[in-house]
Amino acid sequence: MRRNLNYGFLLGGMNMDEKKLINEKNIRLDGRKLGELRPIKIEAGVLNRADGSAYIEWGGNKVLAAVYGPIEAKPRHIQNPTKAIIDCRYNMAAFSVGERKRPGPGRRSIEISKVMSEALEYVVFTEKFPRAKIDVYIEVLQASAGTRCAGLTAASVALADAGIPMIDLLPACAVGKVEGQVVLDLDKEEDNFGEADIPLSVVPRTNEIVLLQMDGQLTIKEFEKCMEMGMNACKDIYELQKAALKERYAVFTEE
Amino acid sequence: MEKDSKDDGIEGRELREIVVPGDVLAADDALKSGVGTYKEKEKIYAAQLGVKSVRAGYVNVVPLSGKYMPRSGDSVIGTIIDIGATNWLVDINAPYPAPLHVNEVPWKVEFGDTSHYLRVGDAILVKVLNVDETKRIQVTMKEHGLRRLTGGQIVEVASSKVPRVIGRNGSMISLLKDYTGCRIFVGQNGRIWVDGEIEGIVSVILAIQKIEEEAQVMGLTDSIKEFLEGMSEKKS
Repeated sequence: MRRNLNYGFLLGGMNMDEKKLINEKNIRLDGRKLGELRPIKIEAGVLNRADGSAYIEWGGNKVLAAVYGPIEAKPRHIQNPTKAIIDCRYNMAAFSVGERKRPGPGRRSIEISKVMSEALEYVVFTEKFPRAKIDVYIEVLQASAGTRCAGLTAASVALADAGIPMIDLLPACAVGKVEGQVVLDLDKEEDNFGEADIPLSVVPRTNEIVLLQMDGQLTIKEFEKCMEMGMNACKDIYELQKAALKERYAVFTEE
Repeated sequence: MEKDSKDDGIEGRELREIVVPGDVLAADDALKSGVGTYKEKEKIYAAQLGVKSVRAGYVNVVPLSGKYMPRSGDSVIGTIIDIGATNWLVDINAPYPAPLHVNEVPWKVEFGDTSHYLRVGDAILVKVLNVDETKRIQVTMKEHGLRRLTGGQIVEVASSKVPRVIGRNGSMISLLKDYTGCRIFVGQNGRIWVDGEIEGIVSVILAIQKIEEEAQVMGLTDSIKEFLEGMSEKKS
């Protein structure tokens, strides 16, 4: 339903029949091939006040992630005596989308916060910090499809930057189906007018899936193709995450 | 669970590989999994962002960031944040508050008389007595040298930089003391107390800031020495 609602103002009166999302040569609207990611730029340690932070530019997405903690969880009743709780807050700025977004948490952002918390909880050694809480703030400054993937990618870099022990970094990526073809990393138009969209996050070393959602319909075959494409893309993103962290601290090893 | 890394100065060693969580550190049985690492299927991985270091058969990751995690035996600088009838709550810069019980202070304190001895805001030198598996912390003042801090100033550095401020076998700290004539105490939690002549305090604080900025640079002690010499020249 959401897709249909978006049609009018996003297209600006453009007729979908006239415009194709993928041309005969399998090139997409923004010039990418089917299995190509948008340009990604990650920077770690961008905020001075937070314990750890990261900034990511992923195509048209601009996302900031900040980590505070571990710190004793308050009020007392939310504490877990065996492990830390991870409290993730995904928030879109009012100016992040074309039409002003009403500020504050909504149905969508609460859901995204929840699935992200659960994904991060799997990789963090939460049992090392009983009774504590780790706050992760994800602020979407500019959105252009795939913000939860960009946010999660940045959040795990920020957690590592904060010196929090974890089994691995978490890259995330979206895959989907547009005009009958399986494509990687959907952009805004493809997300709005495509047939399916799957945000996916895997632990790169073990291929364990920590986040998987799906919007739209796919055949099993298409789905399997999506998973393969997404997992490979996650590995590429993982390298970018590692490079971002190493670059941040390489400054100290020079001389 | 975790081993002491107090004197884990990485100064003067060639190997300074920066590792991120998930990096493979060792793939055979020759090494044991140490601090900041974890083992899975016979392989050792980094659990934390830091510098890889191999010593005494263990692979460790010396963290480059992160909160101070108290361990028993640590000497730390705390501030009183709350007073109870039989204890004080001390903030020691850890994720958890640390209660200081009246039995653990060098004075005879009557029930409810706690605020006569230590007040909210007071800085104290304490030792971590015990940290249990749920990270409940106990601290004590009943040991030689532990006391309420009066006068001087407290500066904070990241707890991961504390070994650099101390230097190898305390070389950095004695350098600072020699050049400025200040009394300095470095808490394991990253709080540093400095007392002495005001010019000296200023030099020490500036030097500590420099150490924190250049924590990973080779030959840090020499560059701090130069810096302190420059400071004392300016004075005269």
